[in-house]
Amino acid sequence: MSTQPDQTDDETESTPEPDAEPEPESPGERRRAEKAARAEAAEEEAADAEPDLGDDAITLKVFRYDPEVEGKTEPRFDTFRIPFTKGMTVLDALIEARDTYDSSLTFRHSCRQAVCGSDALFINGRQRLGCQTQIADLDGDVVRVEPLPHQDVVKDLVVDMEHFYDQMEAVEPYFQTDETPDGELEEQFQTPENREEIKMSTRCIWCGACMSSCNIAADENEYLGPAAINKAYRFAMDEREGENMKEHRMELIEQENGVWRCQTQFSCTNVCPKDIPLTEHIQELKREAVKSNLKFW
Amino acid sequence: MSQSYDRGTVEDFGRWRSFTAGMWAWLFHKFTGWVLIGYLFTHIAVLSTALTGEAAYNDTIVGLESLAIVRLLEVGLLAVAVFHILNGVRLLFIDLGTGLEAQEESFYASLVITGAITIASVPTFVSGVF
Repeated sequence: MSTQPDQTDDETESTPEPDAEPEPESPGERRRAEKAARAEAAEEEAADAEPDLGDDAITLKVFRYDPEVEGKTEPRFDTFRIPFTKGMTVLDALIEARDTYDSSLTFRHSCRQAVCGSDALFINGRQRLGCQTQIADLDGDVVRVEPLPHQDVVKDLVVDMEHFYDQMEAVEPYFQTDETPDGELEEQFQTPENREEIKMSTRCIWCGACMSSCNIAADENEYLGPAAINKAYRFAMDEREGENMKEHRMELIEQENGVWRCQTQFSCTNVCPKDIPLTEHIQELKREAVKSNLKFW
Repeated sequence: MSQSYDRGTVEDFGRWRSFTAGMWAWLFHKFTGWVLIGYLFTHIAVLSTALTGEAAYNDTIVGLESLAIVRLLEVGLLAVAVFHILNGVRLLFIDLGTGLEAQEESFYASLVITGAITIASVPTFVSGVF
């Protein structure tokens, strides 16, 4: 197995030399004895490396890269055989691989229930949450796991999210209003209709899957990206923020690298693990921007 | 992170295979758009022969139309134009915010209609040269 290259070396080295017999042997005999010993060692190793994993064991191919360790700086794929259990997610398989085979396998995960947004990965050619992706739902027995494309890899499956967070911060992703109710203790209500309008956009978990799937965001790094624009939508459409604040938010997103960069490829909408209709929200903000700028009088 | 990180050969491993309908629609729209721009210039060039006289214009048109390759290119041009029109209408609806749920279906519909119209046009375009 390619997962334990070091171990293979250790075992062959530690195997005792078979030439312990006192009487001299011919070179052919010695070679045969050596060969037998080697075969035995290989068999032992195979038994060690391939325990009975059950009939439906899956193959996990994981992207590996570590710039800080000599010999691991070249990106490569490692293969792990993982016993399948019912309901197993890709994250479960990764955890199993890390705990069983290689403790240096690095990936982010936290809540394991698609809420924290830590484990967005590129699984079988598509951005998905590791904890939300059932292995049973994937085609074939080989699960291919890579870090999110279009982002710098820090190590193995961990990517640098700094740029994504910068873009999210750029749209001021927090509630702010200058239209508070008169009474000091009066509540600020939102109409059920308005809540319904922004409902889906509030679901964002900042996993970065959309940003990674968007090839405009990949090419033009100043582009705010689907997640940030969705965040802007969530607050711009919130009626409680008032007219002034909406104007301020529209100014933020109708910049050159704002909503107009979107080319409606629907990549973000396709990969969003929370099913947010990102393209729809971006398009709605485009229409808002046009409406606020076009004046026919 | 202005430069994309080089992940070696694994980076671009069969990525186009996993393109979704929306991505293909975007690619085809770009491609057909550039083809139509290219055609616009040749179109102007051919029409401009009329400036030198009726005979030159007629000779050019008849000469071009007698070439089988030009007839085939015309079929291609029709396909490109029809797809660009249909997908353009699709994008128009997307911009208006209607039918975003059906964006994949509308792309496939554009392809099917384009194919049908192109095939139906073949007899008209190639008659007389083969």
